[in-house]
Amino acid sequence: MNKTSTMSRIARSLIFIWFITYAICIIYPLLWMVISGFKTKSELFLNTWALPQEWVWGNYKTAWDVGVGRYFFNSVFVTSISVALSVIISAGCAFALSRFRFKGEKIILLIVIGGLMLSPQVSLISLYKLLQKLNIYNTYLALIIPYVAFRIPFTTFLIRSYLIDLPREVEDAAYIDGCNSWGVFWQIILPMSKPIISTASLLTAMQVWNEFMFALVFIEDSKYKTIPIGLMSLRSTLSTDWTVLLAGLTISVIPMIILFIVFQKQFVRGLTSGSVKG
Amino acid sequence: MGLYHNKKIAFLFIFPALLLMLVFIYYPIFQNFIYSMFRWSAFSSEKIFIGIDNYLRLFKDPVFYIALKNNLLYASFSIFFQVGLGLIIAAILEEKFLRKYQPFFRTVFFIPAIISITVAGLLWQLIYNPNIGIINEGLRAIGLDNLAHPWLADGKTAIFSVIVMSQWQYTGYIVLLFIVGIHKIPQELYESAMIDGANSIQKFWTITVPQVKEMIIVSVTITIIGGFKVFDEVYVMTGGGPGRSTEVLSSFMYRSGFRNDEMGYAAAIATIIFVITFLLTLLELKISHKKDEV
Repeated sequence: MNKTSTMSRIARSLIFIWFITYAICIIYPLLWMVISGFKTKSELFLNTWALPQEWVWGNYKTAWDVGVGRYFFNSVFVTSISVALSVIISAGCAFALSRFRFKGEKIILLIVIGGLMLSPQVSLISLYKLLQKLNIYNTYLALIIPYVAFRIPFTTFLIRSYLIDLPREVEDAAYIDGCNSWGVFWQIILPMSKPIISTASLLTAMQVWNEFMFALVFIEDSKYKTIPIGLMSLRSTLSTDWTVLLAGLTISVIPMIILFIVFQKQFVRGLTSGSVKG
Repeated sequence: MGLYHNKKIAFLFIFPALLLMLVFIYYPIFQNFIYSMFRWSAFSSEKIFIGIDNYLRLFKDPVFYIALKNNLLYASFSIFFQVGLGLIIAAILEEKFLRKYQPFFRTVFFIPAIISITVAGLLWQLIYNPNIGIINEGLRAIGLDNLAHPWLADGKTAIFSVIVMSQWQYTGYIVLLFIVGIHKIPQELYESAMIDGANSIQKFWTITVPQVKEMIIVSVTITIIGGFKVFDEVYVMTGGGPGRSTEVLSSFMYRSGFRNDEMGYAAAIATIIFVITFLLTLLELKISHKKDEV
């Protein structure tokens, strides 16, 4: 008995060491990124590990001025429009699929599920061509429209499964009071699905904020670039000015970290209700 | 109920979603097959029909096999670290002695998954940097100078360096999925095993693993699919180089289309990605469907 408890005490200590090491492997690089953004260029080379002797705010300001500010605005703009549109459009589709009975219902559902299976990589070449033909290549719309389209299948699916389980008494009562289905959608369904809509919005926001490939290919002009691609061009223009780059990286992760910490519960619910890997 | 009788209104609710999906998801896939049978470039309107020549050329292209190999490496490492290790970490976090600390660990482990690949990739580029990178500095600090290495600049280590970054980023995500899965296991199972005197390792193999079996299979397929879709990490960290040593299918496609301006060839590569990921997704859906029936 004594022997097993010593054994398990050793095992527990080892596990603690393992997990703490793993946690350090995550926190340390991120902390290093934030702190190095406060260093001077020469200090980064000479004192890679240490805290800065003098905290330089200038790098953050420089990063913001040489482009991160612009990219940040673009990301906020593209993300908020994409989130709003994809959630409203998907909620409408989910509402029809969960409440109405009509011919072709199965086919629509199949199209939604099929959309989950198609990866954006496969459409890259032809979407590039299509966006050029539609004259929206290299505009905000070149990002917003594909983002919305590719978020619809998952978001519809998510909201639909929530609506199916939603009790219908309120809708019935509203109908008796003379409300039509349009009114029911805006005044009852949307407010009642607030939890799932916030989950869907967060997941879409995270995806769009971090999206890389479309942003790389569908935008040419620096003034429309979002943060992930903006940081890439920053790297080439700054060349070895790493402290400014690190400051830029830090600025770009802050919104997601804040969103995640504030809405952790919604995040987790969404991530576990479907296979949505970044 | 009268409220939901009007089919025209139903269609109005569906129409925007349907239109966007058909035009921007389905049509491009179909169009891609057609594009793959032509020789064409982005900046000229001339298209020459060449049938399956792009595919024949692809199957003879050594870079194609490098890319396939790298995708497979990506998938296998991710299965081992994310699914295998992820499950073990999740199970340990559910042990009583760690419950108190679980929120801390699970949040920290998850954080890399919410930062963009550009940030993670550029950060790791500096971590791997031969001069200022933490890894080489660390190796020198503990006296292992001869292990210090230009990790991303050497064709032998580059792909593994990228893969390691990816594990750093996504393992915590799978851990979280498994924690939720383990929560759903009826507590009585564990209690009766305790009465029978089972230890933690026995409980893991006889209860946890069988109970989350479907989830394991689904995560394995998602991870394999992810391994075949990978693009961002490679593009950010190595751009497919040095040489072509870290090329994966997507970066190969990108380079063919947007660097070498061989759009038809790139479309053929896209078709291959489509076939692989589509078949794997069908498999996944079949498995998760089975789960729903049980």
